[in-house]
Amino acid sequence: MKKTSTQKTNKKKKEADVLTKGNPWVYSETVKDHFLHPRNFMKAGEEEKFQYNGVGMIGSPVCGDVMKFWILVDPKTEKIKDARWRTFGCASAIASTSVLSEMILRNGGMTLEKARKITPNDIIKELGGLPDIKYHCSVLGDKALRDAINDYYRRTGQYDKIEPEGSRVIDKVLKITEKDIEKAVLDGAKTLEEVQEKTKVGLGDPTCIPLVEELIRFYREKYNL
Amino acid sequence: MKRYYFDYAATTPMRKEVLKAMQPFWQKQFGNPSSLYLEGRIAKQTIESARAKVANILRTQPKEIIFTNGGTESVNLALQGTAHFYRQQFSHPKIIISSIEHPAELETAKALREEGFETVYLKVQKNGLIDLEQLKQLIDEQTILVSIMYANNEIGVIEPIPKIAQIIKDFRQKHQTAFPFFHTDACQAAGYLDIQPNKLGVDLMSLNGGKIYGPKATGILYKREGVEIKPIIYGGGQEKNYRSGTENVPGIIGFATALELAQKEKEKESQRLKFLRDYLIKNVLETIPKVFVNGDLKNRLPNNAHFTILDVEGEALVLKLDEYGIAASTGSACHSKSLQPSHVLQAIGLPNEFIHGSLRITLGKDTTKKDINYLTQTLKKVVQELRELSPISLKLKS
Repeated sequence: MKKTSTQKTNKKKKEADVLTKGNPWVYSETVKDHFLHPRNFMKAGEEEKFQYNGVGMIGSPVCGDVMKFWILVDPKTEKIKDARWRTFGCASAIASTSVLSEMILRNGGMTLEKARKITPNDIIKELGGLPDIKYHCSVLGDKALRDAINDYYRRTGQYDKIEPEGSRVIDKVLKITEKDIEKAVLDGAKTLEEVQEKTKVGLGDPTCIPLVEELIRFYREKYNL
Repeated sequence: MKRYYFDYAATTPMRKEVLKAMQPFWQKQFGNPSSLYLEGRIAKQTIESARAKVANILRTQPKEIIFTNGGTESVNLALQGTAHFYRQQFSHPKIIISSIEHPAELETAKALREEGFETVYLKVQKNGLIDLEQLKQLIDEQTILVSIMYANNEIGVIEPIPKIAQIIKDFRQKHQTAFPFFHTDACQAAGYLDIQPNKLGVDLMSLNGGKIYGPKATGILYKREGVEIKPIIYGGGQEKNYRSGTENVPGIIGFATALELAQKEKEKESQRLKFLRDYLIKNVLETIPKVFVNGDLKNRLPNNAHFTILDVEGEALVLKLDEYGIAASTGSACHSKSLQPSHVLQAIGLPNEFIHGSLRITLGKDTTKKDINYLTQTLKKVVQELRELSPISLKLKS
């Protein structure tokens, strides 16, 4: 009962935001604020200094949205102690990643188990609503975050905890997906060795190496890299 | 905050001369042109003198001018009108349009296709100019109409209308036929180019007021005498039955006044804007890395600059510029209602990852060199900010 009424208010609020009187803006005030003043993003030159043990990336420049998440996990508590992100995309894409970074760092950091369960709807609620058309395309931050969480589990050897999603698994032992290869190529890897340096693909299941090489060629051509 | 408007291709502010010309016809001279008494006769005379003025500017006969409710309506009337009037004379009626037409044209063609017309889309080259050889091959004896825009609204490219007209004329002569007719959407061209239908060799031409400092939702369809069209709006038989509905008297006066001023000033204004536009392009290319210009640089409207800016998404770019007082537009998918990237940029062969970073700057009457300097500086800053947020770094394709 209570839940329905909150949903209702959210919907109302969202519509009102789209048609604000005076100086109307396309998105809610929260979206505007996070878009114009993004929090916790990885500043230029900060990559070398920032301590992290999980990194994830999702999306593609072809679709118009790419999100990358760096997380620092405390191995004892498995809580996220610090995070950075970068986003290529529209205003709501930038704002949704920014707001997500705040959500996971609140109250001393979220546990990985909880962070993994964040849905696009949770993010949209936090943003004070998004126009309907933006629901599916611009909220990918949760996926980038889950990707980073998988990466943390991979780095710490907890392969059983990895949950690959929405992409073909290439290395069945290490649960490395097509997306991971794409990400490595977009990150600058040009050869099998360089992709392996980033992903360890083929070290778990060496039979996948010819396929990996094919994928590297495909993505390099696709992105002209 | 001071606003800097750089979206004159979307619409233009109305000139005060136009407003002044329209003023008497809202309250004082409010009669219905169809009425017999004095008020009606004055209204009738007013729209007829506006028609004569437009005809004089276009060097056509007054009866060849049909006042409409804007560019989209004119285009609909030209395409649907000819298609429906002549369809019985063809076994497989066909319409040829370019792939970079305005949605008014593309969507009308789509609707006609659903009715059973064959619709063929002409390719454009990388510079945005249509392929004349392809056109020659596509015209056949089933073709009712060829419709190609005069100047493109996104990348500002000017299509070779007289050359297209010649190809059509040659076909008609060779096959001893009156078909196909030739329509051009000249909405973007009217402020800068020669728009006399006889010089251009077109049979139908659409214009609108909202792009030439006239009132929005006003326009005309020029229809050569002898070409027939079936109406799309039925009613009291106004505009010789081609367009029913009480005439928008103030709008018609406003349109005629705006067209007259635009055509009178076009050379001088073109020269001024071309200088500013070239200055803008030079500055942007020099100060911002990984940027290129879309569309042919020579055959181009003098007020249009269209950039692709890598690693930046267009909607975010437009909204950031907006915060700095700048109004500009993008062809990025995130910007559109359908989330589809610009069909024009796809047609010139830009891959989607480049289309997302598109920015259209169109200049106009109030643009100054100072404005351009502000734009260049702000753009540089905003692009830098957004690139700093971006996890990707694409490479320029040669």
